[in-house]
Amino acid sequence: MTDQAQLLPGTLDLLILKAVSLGPLHGYGILLRIGQISQQALLIEQGALYPALFRLVRQGLLKASWGTSDNNRRAKFYELTALGRKRLREETKQWDRLAAAIACALAAEPEEA
Amino acid sequence: MKLFSYLRSLALRLFRRSQTENDIEEELRSHIQHRAEDLERSGLDPAEAERRARIEFGGRQRFQEECRDVQVGNSIETLAKDVRFSLRVLRKTPGFTLVAVLTLALGIGANAVVFAALNGFILHPLDLPRPESLYSVHRVTDNSSNQSYPDYLDLRDRNRSFEDLAAYNILQAGLDTGDKPTSSWLLAVSGNYFDVLGVKPFLGSFFHRFDERGPNSAPYIILSHAFWHSRFHGDSGVVGRTVQVNKHPFTILGVAPPGFRGTLLFFSPDFFMPMVNQEQLEGESILQARANRWIFMIMGHLKAGVTPQQAAADFDSLSADLEKAFPKEHGHWTYALARPSLYGEFLGGPMRAFLSALMLLAGLILLAACANLGSLFAARAADRSREVALRLALGATRLRVLRQLFTEALLISLMGGALGLWGGVMLLDSLRAWNPFPQFPFYLPVTPDAKVYGVAVLLTLASGFLFGAVPVRQVLHTNPYEIIKAGSTGRVGRRITLRDLLLVTQIAICALLVTSSIVAVRGLGRSLYGDFGFEPRNAILMNTNLDMADYRGDAVPAMQKRMIEAMATIPGVTSVGLVDWPPLTTGDIPGANVYKDETTDLRPTNSVAPSLILRISPDYLSTAHSALLAGRNITWHDDKDTPNVALVNQAFARRIFGAESRAIGQYFKRRDGTRIQVVGIVEDGKYENLTEGPKPVMFLSFLQSPSSQMSLVVRSNADPQHLAGAIRNKLHELDAGLPFRVQPWSQAMKLVLFPSQAATVALGVLGVMAAMLSITGIFGIAAHSVSKRMRELGIRMALGAQRKEVLQAALGRAFKLLSFGSAAGLLLGILATRVLSFIVYQATPRDPLVLAGSVLAMFLLGLLATWIPAQRALSANPLELLREE
Repeated sequence: MTDQAQLLPGTLDLLILKAVSLGPLHGYGILLRIGQISQQALLIEQGALYPALFRLVRQGLLKASWGTSDNNRRAKFYELTALGRKRLREETKQWDRLAAAIACALAAEPEEA
Repeated sequence: MKLFSYLRSLALRLFRRSQTENDIEEELRSHIQHRAEDLERSGLDPAEAERRARIEFGGRQRFQEECRDVQVGNSIETLAKDVRFSLRVLRKTPGFTLVAVLTLALGIGANAVVFAALNGFILHPLDLPRPESLYSVHRVTDNSSNQSYPDYLDLRDRNRSFEDLAAYNILQAGLDTGDKPTSSWLLAVSGNYFDVLGVKPFLGSFFHRFDERGPNSAPYIILSHAFWHSRFHGDSGVVGRTVQVNKHPFTILGVAPPGFRGTLLFFSPDFFMPMVNQEQLEGESILQARANRWIFMIMGHLKAGVTPQQAAADFDSLSADLEKAFPKEHGHWTYALARPSLYGEFLGGPMRAFLSALMLLAGLILLAACANLGSLFAARAADRSREVALRLALGATRLRVLRQLFTEALLISLMGGALGLWGGVMLLDSLRAWNPFPQFPFYLPVTPDAKVYGVAVLLTLASGFLFGAVPVRQVLHTNPYEIIKAGSTGRVGRRITLRDLLLVTQIAICALLVTSSIVAVRGLGRSLYGDFGFEPRNAILMNTNLDMADYRGDAVPAMQKRMIEAMATIPGVTSVGLVDWPPLTTGDIPGANVYKDETTDLRPTNSVAPSLILRISPDYLSTAHSALLAGRNITWHDDKDTPNVALVNQAFARRIFGAESRAIGQYFKRRDGTRIQVVGIVEDGKYENLTEGPKPVMFLSFLQSPSSQMSLVVRSNADPQHLAGAIRNKLHELDAGLPFRVQPWSQAMKLVLFPSQAATVALGVLGVMAAMLSITGIFGIAAHSVSKRMRELGIRMALGAQRKEVLQAALGRAFKLLSFGSAAGLLLGILATRVLSFIVYQATPRDPLVLAGSVLAMFLLGLLATWIPAQRALSANPLELLREE
């Protein structure tokens, strides 16, 4: 648990989109899925997930509907909309560029004089 | 089942909020339960698992609230928050708030009032069933709707277009309810009148077509609701009572419903009576006279499927038949259908044009007000750019900031709208209660109904969004980091902006209105002191109709002679004259066709010209100060026993005889064949209204052509108040049962002056409003440009710039806009006065005083608006300014 990384601001949305892109999920499911695909490396405050989900629904990136979970409990399931899919592609590309740039910058060795 | 689904939707609506609340709650609970089950599976006991799941989840309450905020972004709470914040902001700048609210109140109030007038006069004039198929029949040929009784009966029974045709005439009569007889206005109507219009009695019953069984067979009257209240104090026992109308007994049958005032706007009669009883009112029966077109208007509902054009064609062919059957009484006439409420196109055309123009102006004023407020808001948004930037930097979305600005705009517009509407309704109330003409039952149909309120609310919201939208682009392009770094001085714009364009338009409208109102005021001034061919000042009129006391035949001129003699004995009276219709006191003086002496076939088409007829006493001309240009005056010897003579005016002489010099001694004929010799020529004047051209008029001796309608013109050097009392006493001595009215001639002219007065007042009010708006507009732009450039001005001064140069730098732009807008407005104003000259006497655009006045007004306005900013610019102290930054 202790070696989990704090989430950068703004990245939670991206993670949610990614998690949901693999198939419709309910909130807790999304949490588990993020844990699974990030190999438990990220620390997410569980409750913080929900305002983010509501925001994404409001922006039209996700759509939600009530259904029944594997545990036979009522739960709200989320899936990507077309707009959400597009946004995921864009954000992924942008993230890749940023990550590459930062990685490159950090990899720079001090020049020998 | 239906009821159930209705209840459900009602419940849903009521519990909607808690539904979303429940939704969120359930979702969060579901999450915690899922987690707890997972924890349980990993070996924890249920209670511990539940506890851990809760802890891991974090502050449930907080997340739930955050979710709700996201979910119901536009909810009442956010709105309330915005409103509270806006109110706080507005309270902090009371000056700005006051100016903005007042500006808008003026704009919206003006629009509400003008729209109420438009609504009352044009859009929704008559509160009657099926108003869309109600039409009146008008002759196109002589632009009138008058008919004779026999013609009315023929048209009613033979037309194939109307369900039924009703007729009415406006009359004045003495009504005696037991105490003092008073003069009342009434409508003499056909028996089917109320049935044709579909009006139901408020009390008692109405008369019907089957009540008419020949002349004087229906001695009934119906009271109007207002008259029933004022004269009979709303006593429901009046039904069945007998009253005296012109000394003949009439039975009160019933009371008309509250909103019903006949079908002529402006006019509110006291009671209604059947026109078959006309003889009892007027002394002689004219029910059989086909040539006497005394009925004011005929009207009815068109049959289903008949268009007004088809109906007009129907009447054209009926008229052709009547012309063949009665060639002496009929001309070749064509017909058109119109709305009865404004006397067809006669009043309807100018009214519609004038009110539409007013509405347009009011709309432009509101637009100008919005432009102003938009500029003010934009300027404020610029001044507040630091605050906006800070909020953006702190994470507020641009949407949220914009919404807050819109809330402010809407709050101001709502306050302004409410204030404006309140003022407008007050104004309308006083307009309705207002009667500028004591001799005429005048009524302005300007009731604020749902439509008026709806339009006001719509305009309020629309203007709020309109001026609220001006700073949107500004906010959207705000870059928080730049502004916080650099401060808000920013750059000075040089290019022409939308704001400049709006301001120029606004100044142009203002200049247009200022020019128009100066033209109107000038015209009004001229019309009060103009040359009418008589002198209304210092002359008192005593108006009455001897029919009201049942004088007949020779008794009429005899009584009139006694009255003249009695007046002449009042101390201080210098002269007394008699005339049946004093010029410029009624819009409609009776006239007749004039024929050349050699014409023998006296059908209307053979006449030379129509002429107005005034019956006068020998002293009338000298009393009215009308000049006799040639020939001799009428004398006391021109009576029944001597040949008929007439004085004519210059227009008459020119039209009938070709030249003024040829007229004296010549004869002309009237339709009944009477030959009349012209003995004198009177100067031209104004008779029916101020904007009319020269009209032929003949003056007949009241002894040769008696008329029970009469006015005495009394000129004296005594105090008018005292004189009026003396006149009353004298008349009372002569006949205590005769109703009459005493008033100064100039006051009696109010009816004729009313259109130009109303136009002047309306234009004046709009002009003042436009001026106020322009002042705030120019002030806003000048003040803004000065405050933005204070530092620059300070540097200029430090470098030795003169006052003139500083002013030019600070206010040059505002002045450029002002002069450009003024020039455009003046040009428009000059064009518009052509339209005005139809309403206002001698409204000419080429009046140097008007042009000078307009230019001066606009200059003063500019001076006033830029005074404070200029002072501020001049007071720029370079040292202080530079230190400040």
